[in-house]
Amino acid sequence: MYNELVMDHMLNPRNVGELADADGAGEARSASCGDVMKLYLAIDDGVITDVRFQTYGCGAAIASSSIATELIRGKTLDEAWYLSTHDVVNALGGLPEAKEHCSVLAEDAIRAAINDYLARNGLPARETAAGTCSDCCRHDDGSCPGPEKR
Amino acid sequence: MRAENERPVYMDHAATTPVRPEVFAAMVPYFSRFFGNPSSLYTFARESREAVEEARGRVAAAIGAEPAEIYFTAGGTESDNWAIKGASAAHRRGGGHIITSSVEHHAVLHTCQHLERQGFSVTYLPVDGYGRVDPGAVADAITDRTCLISVMSANNEIGTVQPVAELGKIAREHAIPFHTDAVQAIGSVPVDVDVMNVDLLSLSAHKFYGPKGIGALYIRNGTEIENLIHGGAQERKMRAGTENLPGIIGLGKAIELAAADIEGYTRRIGGMRDRLLAGILDAVPDVALNGHPEMRLANNLNISFRYVEGEAILLLLDAHGICVSTGSACSSGSGEMSHVLTAIGLAPEMARGAVRLTLGDANTDDDIDYVLDVLPRVIERLRSISPLAPPCGDREGT
Ligand SMILES: Cc1ncc(COP(=O)(O)O)c(C=O)c1O
Ligand code: FES
Repeated sequence: MYNELVMDHMLNPRNVGELADADGAGEARSASCGDVMKLYLAIDDGVITDVRFQTYGCGAAIASSSIATELIRGKTLDEAWYLSTHDVVNALGGLPEAKEHCSVLAEDAIRAAINDYLARNGLPARETAAGTCSDCCRHDDGSCPGPEKR
Repeated sequence: MRAENERPVYMDHAATTPVRPEVFAAMVPYFSRFFGNPSSLYTFARESREAVEEARGRVAAAIGAEPAEIYFTAGGTESDNWAIKGASAAHRRGGGHIITSSVEHHAVLHTCQHLERQGFSVTYLPVDGYGRVDPGAVADAITDRTCLISVMSANNEIGTVQPVAELGKIAREHAIPFHTDAVQAIGSVPVDVDVMNVDLLSLSAHKFYGPKGIGALYIRNGTEIENLIHGGAQERKMRAGTENLPGIIGLGKAIELAAADIEGYTRRIGGMRDRLLAGILDAVPDVALNGHPEMRLANNLNISFRYVEGEAILLLLDAHGICVSTGSACSSGSGEMSHVLTAIGLAPEMARGAVRLTLGDANTDDDIDYVLDVLPRVIERLRSISPLAPPCGDREGT
Protein backbone atom coordinates (compact mmCIF):
# COMPACT_ATOMS: atom_id res chain seq x y z
CA MET A 1 0.00 0.00 0.00
CA TYR A 2 2.76 2.47 0.91
CA ASN A 3 6.06 2.82 -0.97
CA GLU A 4 9.42 2.15 0.68
CA LEU A 5 10.24 5.77 1.40
CA VAL A 6 6.88 6.29 3.15
CA MET A 7 7.46 3.13 5.17
CA ASP A 8 10.95 4.31 6.10
CA HIS A 9 9.60 7.64 7.39
CA MET A 10 6.81 5.77 9.15
CA LEU A 11 9.13 3.31 10.87
CA ASN A 12 11.99 5.76 11.47
CA PRO A 13 10.43 9.19 11.69
CA ARG A 14 12.98 12.03 11.65
CA ASN A 15 13.00 14.91 14.13
CA VAL A 16 10.50 13.49 16.62
CA GLY A 17 9.97 15.29 19.92
CA GLU A 18 9.70 18.78 21.33
CA LEU A 19 12.00 21.82 21.40
CA ALA A 20 11.95 23.19 24.93
CA ASP A 21 13.03 26.67 23.80
CA ALA A 22 11.23 26.77 20.46
CA ASP A 23 10.93 30.16 18.77
CA GLY A 24 7.61 29.12 17.30
CA ALA A 25 5.22 26.23 17.91
CA GLY A 26 2.02 25.27 16.14
CA GLU A 27 -0.64 22.63 16.22
CA ALA A 28 -2.88 21.33 13.47
CA ARG A 29 -5.92 19.09 13.71
CA SER A 30 -7.70 17.32 10.93
CA ALA A 31 -11.43 17.81 11.19
CA SER A 32 -12.17 14.74 9.10
CA CYS A 33 -10.14 12.07 10.87
CA GLY A 34 -8.95 13.61 14.15
CA ASP A 35 -5.22 13.55 13.40
CA VAL A 36 -3.11 15.96 15.45
CA MET A 37 0.35 17.34 14.68
CA LYS A 38 2.48 19.60 16.84
CA LEU A 39 5.47 21.34 15.33
CA TYR A 40 8.32 23.18 17.07
CA LEU A 41 10.68 25.54 15.22
CA ALA A 42 14.01 27.09 16.15
CA ILE A 43 14.40 30.19 13.99
CA ASP A 44 17.52 32.26 13.51
CA ASP A 45 17.54 35.32 11.28
CA GLY A 46 14.48 34.20 9.33
CA VAL A 47 15.86 30.70 8.77
CA ILE A 48 14.58 27.48 10.35
CA THR A 49 17.62 26.05 12.10
CA ASP A 50 15.96 23.20 13.96
CA VAL A 51 12.61 21.46 13.98
CA ARG A 52 10.75 18.77 15.96
CA PHE A 53 7.31 17.26 15.61
CA GLN A 54 4.79 15.02 17.34
CA THR A 55 1.97 13.41 15.40
CA TYR A 56 -1.07 11.35 16.28
CA GLY A 57 -2.37 9.71 13.15
CA CYS A 58 -2.10 7.00 10.57
CA GLY A 59 1.05 5.91 8.77
CA ALA A 60 0.64 8.54 6.07
CA ALA A 61 0.24 11.31 8.65
CA ILE A 62 3.39 10.28 10.50
CA ALA A 63 5.42 9.90 7.29
CA SER A 64 4.20 13.28 5.94
CA SER A 65 5.08 14.98 9.22
CA SER A 66 8.52 13.43 9.23
CA ILE A 67 9.44 14.36 5.67
CA ALA A 68 7.98 17.85 6.05
CA THR A 69 10.39 18.52 8.91
CA GLU A 70 13.24 17.44 6.65
CA LEU A 71 11.98 19.70 3.86
CA ILE A 72 11.79 22.87 5.98
CA ARG A 73 14.98 22.50 7.98
CA GLY A 74 17.42 25.17 6.74
CA LYS A 75 14.68 26.94 4.76
CA THR A 76 13.57 30.55 5.16
CA LEU A 77 10.19 31.23 6.73
CA ASP A 78 8.97 32.30 3.32
CA GLU A 79 10.01 29.04 1.72
CA ALA A 80 8.53 27.01 4.57
CA TRP A 81 5.24 28.93 4.38
CA TYR A 82 4.84 27.95 0.75
CA LEU A 83 5.63 24.30 1.26
CA SER A 84 2.45 22.66 -0.03
CA THR A 85 0.90 19.29 0.67
CA HIS A 86 1.68 18.66 -2.97
CA ASP A 87 5.41 19.08 -2.24
CA VAL A 88 5.12 16.76 0.76
CA VAL A 89 3.38 14.05 -1.25
CA ASN A 90 5.91 14.41 -4.08
CA ALA A 91 8.85 14.19 -1.69
CA LEU A 92 7.39 10.95 -0.35
CA GLY A 93 7.19 9.58 -3.89
CA GLY A 94 3.40 9.58 -3.73
CA LEU A 95 0.71 8.45 -1.33
CA PRO A 96 -2.33 6.27 -2.03
CA GLU A 97 -5.12 8.58 -3.21
CA ALA A 98 -7.28 7.89 -0.16
CA LYS A 99 -4.35 8.98 2.01
CA GLU A 100 -3.35 12.22 0.29
CA HIS A 101 -5.49 14.29 2.64
CA CYS A 102 -3.36 13.11 5.56
CA SER A 103 -0.47 15.26 4.38
CA VAL A 104 -2.46 18.50 4.79
CA LEU A 105 -1.70 18.29 8.49
CA ALA A 106 1.99 19.13 7.98
CA GLU A 107 1.27 22.21 5.94
CA ASP A 108 -1.23 23.48 8.51
CA ALA A 109 1.16 22.87 11.39
CA ILE A 110 4.02 24.68 9.64
CA ARG A 111 1.83 27.74 9.05
CA ALA A 112 0.55 27.70 12.62
CA ALA A 113 4.12 27.52 13.95
CA ILE A 114 5.30 30.37 11.71
CA ASN A 115 2.38 32.55 12.79
CA ASP A 116 3.15 31.72 16.41
CA TYR A 117 6.72 32.90 15.83
CA LEU A 118 5.46 36.12 14.19
CA ALA A 119 3.05 36.76 17.06
CA ARG A 120 5.77 36.24 19.65
CA ASN A 121 7.80 38.87 17.84
CA GLY A 122 4.94 41.34 17.55
CA LEU A 123 4.65 40.85 13.81
CA PRO A 124 1.35 40.53 11.92
CA ALA A 125 0.18 37.01 11.12
CA ARG A 126 0.37 35.80 7.55
CA GLU A 127 -2.79 34.62 5.93
CA THR A 128 -3.57 32.10 3.28
CA ALA A 129 -4.49 34.27 0.30
CA ALA A 130 -8.16 34.46 -0.49
CA GLY A 131 -9.42 32.60 -3.52
CA THR A 132 -7.31 29.49 -3.13
CA CYS A 133 -8.95 26.22 -2.43
CA SER A 134 -8.39 25.56 1.22
CA ASP A 135 -8.43 21.78 1.12
CA CYS A 136 -6.02 21.14 -1.69
CA CYS A 137 -2.39 21.98 -2.22
CA ARG A 138 -2.91 25.72 -1.68
CA HIS A 139 -0.32 27.29 -3.94
CA ASP A 140 -1.33 30.73 -2.76
CA ASP A 141 1.88 32.17 -4.17
CA GLY A 142 0.07 32.16 -7.49
CA SER A 143 1.67 28.99 -8.81
CA CYS A 144 -1.48 26.94 -8.50
CA PRO A 145 -1.57 24.51 -11.40
CA GLY A 146 -5.34 24.17 -10.96
CA PRO A 147 -7.17 21.23 -9.50
CA GLU A 148 -7.24 19.32 -12.76
CA LYS A 149 -3.42 19.28 -12.91
CA ARG A 150 -2.90 18.08 -9.40
CA MET B 1 13.12 -16.12 21.56
CA ARG B 2 12.17 -16.44 17.98
CA ALA B 3 14.19 -14.54 15.41
CA GLU B 4 12.43 -11.58 13.83
CA ASN B 5 10.85 -12.20 10.43
CA GLU B 6 11.55 -15.90 10.63
CA ARG B 7 7.96 -16.47 9.48
CA PRO B 8 4.95 -14.24 9.74
CA VAL B 9 3.08 -14.41 13.02
CA TYR B 10 -0.41 -14.59 11.60
CA MET B 11 -3.01 -13.17 13.96
CA ASP B 12 -5.77 -12.38 11.48
CA HIS B 13 -7.78 -15.61 11.39
CA ALA B 14 -11.06 -13.66 11.26
CA ALA B 15 -9.97 -12.38 7.85
CA THR B 16 -9.13 -15.81 6.53
CA THR B 17 -7.48 -19.06 7.60
CA PRO B 18 -4.92 -21.39 6.03
CA VAL B 19 -6.36 -24.50 4.35
CA ARG B 20 -5.78 -27.56 6.54
CA PRO B 21 -3.55 -30.19 4.90
CA GLU B 22 -6.31 -32.83 5.20
CA VAL B 23 -8.72 -30.46 3.47
CA PHE B 24 -6.28 -29.74 0.69
CA ALA B 25 -5.56 -33.47 0.24
CA ALA B 26 -9.27 -34.20 -0.02
CA MET B 27 -9.65 -31.59 -2.76
CA VAL B 28 -6.73 -32.63 -4.94
CA PRO B 29 -8.36 -35.57 -6.80
CA TYR B 30 -11.20 -33.32 -7.94
CA PHE B 31 -9.10 -30.99 -10.07
CA SER B 32 -7.68 -33.27 -12.77
CA ARG B 33 -8.72 -36.82 -12.01
CA PHE B 34 -12.41 -36.67 -11.14
CA PHE B 35 -13.02 -33.45 -13.01
CA GLY B 36 -16.36 -34.44 -14.47
CA ASN B 37 -19.23 -32.00 -14.38
CA PRO B 38 -21.56 -33.20 -11.60
CA SER B 39 -24.52 -32.48 -13.90
CA SER B 40 -23.31 -34.77 -16.73
CA LEU B 41 -25.12 -38.03 -17.24
CA TYR B 42 -22.30 -40.43 -18.14
CA THR B 43 -20.77 -42.77 -15.60
CA PHE B 44 -17.49 -40.83 -15.38
CA ALA B 45 -19.27 -37.84 -13.80
CA ARG B 46 -20.84 -39.99 -11.13
CA GLU B 47 -17.78 -39.72 -8.88
CA SER B 48 -18.11 -35.93 -8.98
CA ARG B 49 -21.82 -36.02 -8.30
CA GLU B 50 -21.48 -38.42 -5.41
CA ALA B 51 -18.66 -36.40 -3.89
CA VAL B 52 -20.80 -33.26 -4.01
CA GLU B 53 -23.65 -35.04 -2.26
CA GLU B 54 -21.29 -36.45 0.34
CA ALA B 55 -20.01 -32.94 1.04
CA ARG B 56 -23.56 -31.65 1.27
CA GLY B 57 -24.24 -34.32 3.87
CA ARG B 58 -21.20 -33.22 5.88
CA VAL B 59 -22.29 -29.59 5.88
CA ALA B 60 -25.80 -30.60 6.90
CA ALA B 61 -24.52 -32.84 9.71
CA ALA B 62 -22.30 -30.05 11.05
CA ILE B 63 -25.23 -27.67 11.57
CA GLY B 64 -28.03 -30.12 12.35
CA ALA B 65 -29.77 -29.73 8.99
CA GLU B 66 -31.05 -32.05 6.26
CA PRO B 67 -28.77 -32.40 3.21
CA ALA B 68 -31.61 -31.12 1.01
CA GLU B 69 -31.55 -27.85 2.95
CA ILE B 70 -27.93 -27.05 1.98
CA TYR B 71 -27.15 -24.98 -1.14
CA PHE B 72 -23.58 -24.30 -2.19
CA THR B 73 -22.63 -20.72 -3.01
CA ALA B 74 -19.47 -18.75 -3.76
CA GLY B 75 -19.04 -17.78 -0.09
CA GLY B 76 -20.42 -15.77 2.78
CA THR B 77 -21.14 -12.68 0.74
CA GLU B 78 -23.27 -14.53 -1.79
CA SER B 79 -25.10 -16.45 0.92
CA ASP B 80 -25.94 -13.22 2.75
CA ASN B 81 -27.09 -11.55 -0.46
CA TRP B 82 -29.21 -14.53 -1.43
CA ALA B 83 -30.81 -14.92 1.98
CA ILE B 84 -31.73 -11.27 2.31
CA LYS B 85 -32.68 -10.41 -1.25
CA GLY B 86 -34.28 -13.78 -1.92
CA ALA B 87 -36.33 -14.06 1.25
CA SER B 88 -37.53 -10.48 1.32
CA ALA B 89 -38.54 -10.63 -2.33
CA ALA B 90 -40.46 -13.86 -1.79
CA HIS B 91 -42.27 -12.58 1.26
CA ARG B 92 -43.22 -9.09 0.25
CA ARG B 93 -43.18 -7.99 -3.34
CA GLY B 94 -42.76 -4.28 -3.88
CA GLY B 95 -41.59 -3.31 -0.44
CA GLY B 96 -41.65 -4.64 3.08
CA HIS B 97 -39.82 -4.28 6.34
CA ILE B 98 -36.51 -5.90 7.30
CA ILE B 99 -34.99 -5.97 10.78
CA THR B 100 -31.24 -6.32 11.18
CA SER B 101 -28.54 -5.03 13.51
CA SER B 102 -26.16 -2.11 13.20
CA VAL B 103 -23.11 -4.38 13.63
CA GLU B 104 -23.65 -6.75 10.70
CA HIS B 105 -20.98 -7.45 8.11
CA HIS B 106 -21.14 -5.22 5.04
CA ALA B 107 -22.41 -8.23 3.06
CA VAL B 108 -25.62 -7.81 5.07
CA LEU B 109 -25.63 -4.05 5.67
CA HIS B 110 -24.94 -3.01 2.09
CA THR B 111 -27.51 -5.51 0.84
CA CYS B 112 -30.11 -4.00 3.17
CA GLN B 113 -29.16 -0.51 2.02
CA HIS B 114 -29.62 -1.68 -1.57
CA LEU B 115 -33.10 -2.96 -0.70
CA GLU B 116 -33.95 0.38 0.92
CA ARG B 117 -33.30 1.99 -2.46
CA GLN B 118 -35.71 -0.59 -3.94
CA GLY B 119 -38.50 0.51 -1.59
CA PHE B 120 -37.98 -1.71 1.46
CA SER B 121 -37.72 -0.16 4.89
CA VAL B 122 -35.00 -1.43 7.20
CA THR B 123 -34.61 -1.19 10.97
CA TYR B 124 -30.96 -1.28 12.04
CA LEU B 125 -31.18 -2.27 15.69
CA PRO B 126 -28.76 -0.61 18.08
CA VAL B 127 -26.51 -2.76 20.28
CA ASP B 128 -25.30 -2.36 23.84
CA GLY B 129 -21.74 -1.44 24.78
CA TYR B 130 -20.67 -5.06 24.20
CA GLY B 131 -22.24 -5.26 20.76
CA ARG B 132 -25.24 -7.37 21.84
CA VAL B 133 -28.68 -7.01 20.30
CA ASP B 134 -31.49 -6.83 22.87
CA PRO B 135 -34.12 -9.47 22.01
CA GLY B 136 -36.77 -7.17 23.45
CA ALA B 137 -35.82 -4.54 20.91
CA VAL B 138 -36.29 -7.05 18.11
CA ALA B 139 -39.77 -7.88 19.38
CA ASP B 140 -40.59 -4.17 19.57
CA ALA B 141 -39.36 -3.51 16.05
CA ILE B 142 -41.62 -6.12 14.44
CA THR B 143 -44.50 -4.73 12.42
CA ASP B 144 -47.13 -6.48 10.32
CA ARG B 145 -44.97 -5.61 7.30
CA THR B 146 -41.80 -7.26 8.63
CA CYS B 147 -40.70 -9.90 6.12
CA LEU B 148 -37.23 -10.85 7.40
CA ILE B 149 -35.06 -10.66 10.51
CA SER B 150 -31.30 -11.03 10.04
CA VAL B 151 -28.86 -10.97 12.94
CA MET B 152 -25.34 -12.41 12.82
CA SER B 153 -24.29 -15.28 15.10
CA ALA B 154 -20.95 -13.72 15.99
CA ASN B 155 -19.35 -10.45 15.05
CA ASN B 156 -16.27 -10.42 12.83
CA GLU B 157 -14.66 -7.36 14.44
CA ILE B 158 -15.24 -7.68 18.17
CA GLY B 159 -16.24 -11.36 18.34
CA THR B 160 -19.45 -10.72 20.27
CA VAL B 161 -21.80 -13.71 20.18
CA GLN B 162 -25.47 -12.79 19.74
CA PRO B 163 -28.41 -14.43 21.55
CA VAL B 164 -29.44 -16.03 18.27
CA ALA B 165 -31.67 -18.76 19.72
CA GLU B 166 -33.74 -16.18 21.58
CA LEU B 167 -33.99 -13.94 18.52
CA GLY B 168 -35.01 -16.93 16.43
CA LYS B 169 -37.71 -17.84 18.91
CA ILE B 170 -39.22 -14.36 18.67
CA ALA B 171 -39.11 -14.50 14.87
CA ARG B 172 -40.79 -17.89 14.90
CA GLU B 173 -43.57 -16.70 17.21
CA HIS B 174 -44.34 -14.02 14.64
CA ALA B 175 -43.89 -16.41 11.68
CA ILE B 176 -41.15 -14.20 10.24
CA PRO B 177 -38.21 -15.87 8.47
CA PHE B 178 -34.99 -15.53 10.46
CA HIS B 179 -31.52 -15.40 8.88
CA THR B 180 -28.20 -15.55 10.68
CA ASP B 181 -24.76 -14.86 9.25
CA ALA B 182 -22.79 -17.63 10.96
CA VAL B 183 -19.64 -17.03 8.93
CA GLN B 184 -17.51 -16.31 12.02
CA ALA B 185 -19.31 -18.76 14.30
CA ILE B 186 -18.75 -22.11 12.55
CA GLY B 187 -16.03 -24.06 14.33
CA SER B 188 -15.94 -21.66 17.27
CA VAL B 189 -19.39 -22.02 18.80
CA PRO B 190 -21.86 -24.92 18.45
CA VAL B 191 -24.20 -24.20 15.55
CA ASP B 192 -27.48 -26.08 15.27
CA VAL B 193 -30.23 -24.69 13.10
CA ASP B 194 -32.98 -26.17 15.28
CA VAL B 195 -31.53 -25.00 18.58
CA MET B 196 -30.98 -21.55 17.05
CA ASN B 197 -34.46 -21.42 15.47
CA VAL B 198 -33.05 -20.20 12.17
CA ASP B 199 -34.59 -20.53 8.73
CA LEU B 200 -31.60 -19.29 6.77
CA LEU B 201 -27.91 -19.51 7.70
CA SER B 202 -24.79 -18.30 5.84
CA LEU B 203 -21.40 -19.96 6.14
CA SER B 204 -18.06 -19.64 4.35
CA ALA B 205 -15.30 -22.26 4.16
CA HIS B 206 -12.25 -19.99 4.28
CA LYS B 207 -13.08 -18.90 7.82
CA PHE B 208 -12.67 -22.45 9.15
CA TYR B 209 -9.58 -23.74 7.35
CA GLY B 210 -11.30 -24.47 4.07
CA PRO B 211 -10.74 -22.90 0.65
CA LYS B 212 -11.79 -19.39 -0.38
CA GLY B 213 -14.70 -18.71 -2.70
CA ILE B 214 -16.98 -21.48 -1.48
CA GLY B 215 -19.77 -21.34 1.07
CA ALA B 216 -23.30 -22.45 1.63
CA LEU B 217 -26.72 -21.15 2.45
CA TYR B 218 -28.93 -23.29 4.67
CA ILE B 219 -32.57 -22.90 3.69
CA ARG B 220 -35.04 -24.58 6.05
CA ASN B 221 -37.56 -26.75 4.24
CA GLY B 222 -40.63 -24.68 3.46
CA THR B 223 -38.88 -21.30 3.62
CA GLU B 224 -39.92 -19.19 0.68
CA ILE B 225 -36.98 -17.68 -1.18
CA GLU B 226 -36.36 -16.43 -4.69
CA ASN B 227 -33.23 -17.27 -6.66
CA LEU B 228 -30.33 -14.86 -6.68
CA ILE B 229 -28.25 -16.46 -9.45
CA HIS B 230 -30.24 -17.39 -12.54
CA GLY B 231 -29.14 -19.81 -15.24
CA GLY B 232 -28.75 -23.57 -15.32
CA ALA B 233 -30.59 -26.12 -13.22
CA GLN B 234 -27.84 -26.83 -10.67
CA GLU B 235 -28.55 -27.06 -6.94
CA ARG B 236 -32.10 -28.26 -7.59
CA LYS B 237 -32.80 -25.22 -9.78
CA MET B 238 -32.08 -22.87 -6.87
CA ARG B 239 -28.52 -21.72 -7.58
CA ALA B 240 -27.31 -21.77 -11.17
CA GLY B 241 -23.72 -22.32 -12.26
CA THR B 242 -21.45 -25.33 -12.62
CA GLU B 243 -20.52 -26.50 -9.15
CA ASN B 244 -17.16 -25.50 -7.68
CA LEU B 245 -16.29 -29.15 -7.31
CA PRO B 246 -12.95 -29.01 -5.46
CA GLY B 247 -14.26 -26.14 -3.36
CA ILE B 248 -17.34 -28.09 -2.32
CA ILE B 249 -15.19 -31.10 -1.37
CA GLY B 250 -12.93 -28.79 0.64
CA LEU B 251 -15.89 -27.16 2.39
CA GLY B 252 -17.28 -30.56 3.34
CA LYS B 253 -13.99 -31.77 4.78
CA ALA B 254 -13.26 -28.50 6.57
CA ILE B 255 -16.65 -28.23 8.25
CA GLU B 256 -16.51 -31.84 9.34
CA LEU B 257 -13.14 -31.22 11.04
CA ALA B 258 -14.27 -27.90 12.51
CA ALA B 259 -17.53 -29.20 13.94
CA ALA B 260 -15.84 -32.28 15.43
CA ASP B 261 -13.46 -30.30 17.62
CA ILE B 262 -15.21 -27.11 18.74
CA GLU B 263 -14.47 -27.77 22.38
CA GLY B 264 -10.80 -28.66 21.89
CA TYR B 265 -10.28 -25.80 19.45
CA THR B 266 -11.82 -23.15 21.68
CA ARG B 267 -9.90 -24.45 24.71
CA ARG B 268 -6.61 -24.39 22.79
CA ILE B 269 -7.12 -21.07 21.01
CA GLY B 270 -8.96 -19.48 23.94
CA GLY B 271 -6.10 -20.35 26.25
CA MET B 272 -3.58 -18.60 24.03
CA ARG B 273 -5.97 -15.67 23.56
CA ASP B 274 -6.47 -15.24 27.31
CA ARG B 275 -2.73 -15.28 27.93
CA LEU B 276 -2.20 -12.71 25.20
CA LEU B 277 -4.88 -10.44 26.65
CA ALA B 278 -3.56 -10.73 30.19
CA GLY B 279 -0.05 -9.98 28.98
CA ILE B 280 -1.15 -6.90 27.05
CA LEU B 281 -3.23 -5.54 29.93
CA ASP B 282 -0.25 -6.12 32.19
CA ALA B 283 2.35 -4.46 29.98
CA VAL B 284 0.47 -1.58 28.35
CA PRO B 285 -1.39 1.19 30.20
CA ASP B 286 -4.44 2.98 28.76
CA VAL B 287 -5.92 0.06 26.85
CA ALA B 288 -9.46 -1.29 26.70
CA LEU B 289 -10.90 -4.56 25.46
CA ASN B 290 -13.74 -4.00 23.00
CA GLY B 291 -16.66 -6.41 22.97
CA HIS B 292 -17.97 -8.73 25.66
CA PRO B 293 -15.52 -10.21 28.20
CA GLU B 294 -17.14 -13.69 27.98
CA MET B 295 -19.75 -13.79 25.23
CA ARG B 296 -17.10 -13.59 22.53
CA LEU B 297 -15.41 -15.88 20.04
CA ALA B 298 -12.51 -17.75 21.62
CA ASN B 299 -10.06 -16.48 19.03
CA ASN B 300 -10.92 -12.79 19.12
CA LEU B 301 -9.22 -9.84 20.75
CA ASN B 302 -10.15 -6.30 19.81
CA ILE B 303 -8.19 -3.80 21.81
CA SER B 304 -8.12 -0.02 21.79
CA PHE B 305 -4.82 1.67 22.54
CA ARG B 306 -5.38 5.24 23.62
CA TYR B 307 -3.25 8.04 22.08
CA VAL B 308 -2.22 6.01 19.04
CA GLU B 309 -3.80 5.14 15.74
CA GLY B 310 -4.64 1.61 14.59
CA GLU B 311 -3.10 1.75 11.14
CA ALA B 312 0.19 2.96 12.57
CA ILE B 313 0.18 0.03 15.01
CA LEU B 314 -0.60 -2.37 12.17
CA LEU B 315 2.31 -1.08 10.08
CA LEU B 316 4.82 -1.25 12.92
CA LEU B 317 3.71 -4.76 13.84
CA ASP B 318 3.95 -5.71 10.18
CA ALA B 319 7.55 -4.54 10.17
CA HIS B 320 8.09 -7.18 12.88
CA GLY B 321 6.29 -9.84 10.85
CA ILE B 322 3.06 -9.72 12.86
CA CYS B 323 -0.21 -9.69 10.89
CA VAL B 324 -3.19 -8.01 12.55
CA SER B 325 -6.00 -5.82 11.31
CA THR B 326 -7.78 -2.64 12.19
CA GLY B 327 -11.54 -2.67 11.91
CA SER B 328 -12.35 -5.37 9.38
CA ALA B 329 -10.15 -6.18 6.42
CA CYS B 330 -12.59 -4.63 3.97
CA SER B 331 -12.67 -1.29 5.78
CA SER B 332 -8.93 -0.78 6.00
CA GLY B 333 -7.74 1.76 3.50
CA SER B 334 -11.08 3.51 3.38
CA GLY B 335 -10.18 5.87 6.22
CA GLU B 336 -13.63 5.49 7.68
CA MET B 337 -14.24 4.53 11.25
CA SER B 338 -15.53 1.04 11.95
CA HIS B 339 -19.35 0.97 12.06
CA VAL B 340 -19.14 -1.73 14.73
CA LEU B 341 -16.94 0.28 17.10
CA THR B 342 -19.16 3.29 16.48
CA ALA B 343 -22.27 1.22 17.25
CA ILE B 344 -20.90 0.08 20.62
CA GLY B 345 -20.43 3.74 21.50
CA LEU B 346 -16.64 3.95 21.51
CA ALA B 347 -15.27 7.47 21.62
CA PRO B 348 -13.63 8.30 18.27
CA GLU B 349 -10.12 8.37 19.72
CA MET B 350 -10.60 4.87 21.18
CA ALA B 351 -12.17 3.55 17.98
CA ARG B 352 -9.23 4.87 15.97
CA GLY B 353 -6.77 3.09 18.24
CA ALA B 354 -8.44 -0.29 17.85
CA VAL B 355 -6.56 -3.34 16.65
CA ARG B 356 -8.03 -6.80 16.07
CA LEU B 357 -5.91 -9.87 16.80
CA THR B 358 -7.61 -13.16 15.88
CA LEU B 359 -5.82 -16.36 16.77
CA GLY B 360 -6.02 -19.78 15.22
CA ASP B 361 -4.22 -22.91 14.12
CA ALA B 362 -1.37 -20.88 12.68
CA ASN B 363 -0.36 -19.76 16.19
CA THR B 364 1.85 -21.29 18.85
CA ASP B 365 2.73 -20.33 22.41
CA ASP B 366 5.96 -18.84 21.02
CA ASP B 367 3.85 -16.47 18.92
CA ILE B 368 2.13 -15.20 22.05
CA ASP B 369 5.51 -14.58 23.71
CA TYR B 370 6.76 -12.84 20.59
CA VAL B 371 3.73 -10.54 20.31
CA LEU B 372 3.94 -9.79 24.02
CA ASP B 373 7.54 -8.79 23.48
CA VAL B 374 6.97 -6.64 20.39
CA LEU B 375 3.54 -5.06 20.89
CA PRO B 376 4.25 -3.08 24.09
CA ARG B 377 7.39 -1.64 22.48
CA VAL B 378 5.43 -0.67 19.37
CA ILE B 379 2.77 1.09 21.44
CA GLU B 380 5.39 2.85 23.56
CA ARG B 381 7.19 3.99 20.43
CA LEU B 382 4.05 5.39 18.81
CA ARG B 383 3.07 7.08 22.05
CA SER B 384 6.49 8.72 22.13
CA ILE B 385 5.60 10.26 18.76
CA SER B 386 2.04 11.19 19.76
CA PRO B 387 1.24 14.68 21.02
CA LEU B 388 -1.78 13.27 22.87
CA ALA B 389 0.09 10.86 25.14
CA PRO B 390 1.04 12.19 28.55
CA PRO B 391 4.80 12.63 28.77
CA CYS B 392 6.57 9.73 30.40
CA GLY B 393 10.31 9.28 30.75
CA ASP B 394 12.76 10.73 28.32
CA ARG B 395 11.11 11.34 24.99
CA GLU B 396 13.67 13.60 23.40
CA GLY B 397 14.73 12.93 19.84
CA THR B 398 14.03 9.69 18.05
C1 LIG C 1 -19.48 -12.05 9.44
C2 LIG C 1 -19.08 -12.19 8.00
N1 LIG C 1 -20.01 -12.27 7.05
C3 LIG C 1 -19.68 -12.40 5.75
C4 LIG C 1 -18.37 -12.44 5.33
C5 LIG C 1 -18.06 -12.56 3.88
O1 LIG C 1 -17.67 -13.87 3.57
P1 LIG C 1 -16.88 -14.20 2.23
O2 LIG C 1 -15.51 -13.65 2.41
O3 LIG C 1 -16.87 -15.71 2.16
O4 LIG C 1 -17.61 -13.60 1.11
C6 LIG C 1 -17.35 -12.34 6.30
C7 LIG C 1 -15.94 -12.35 5.89
O5 LIG C 1 -15.25 -11.34 5.86
C8 LIG C 1 -17.71 -12.21 7.66
O6 LIG C 1 -16.79 -12.10 8.60
S1 FES D 1 -4.31 26.04 -4.64
FE1 FES D 1 -3.12 24.58 -5.64
S2 FES D 1 -4.55 23.35 -6.68
FE2 FES D 1 -5.76 24.79 -5.67
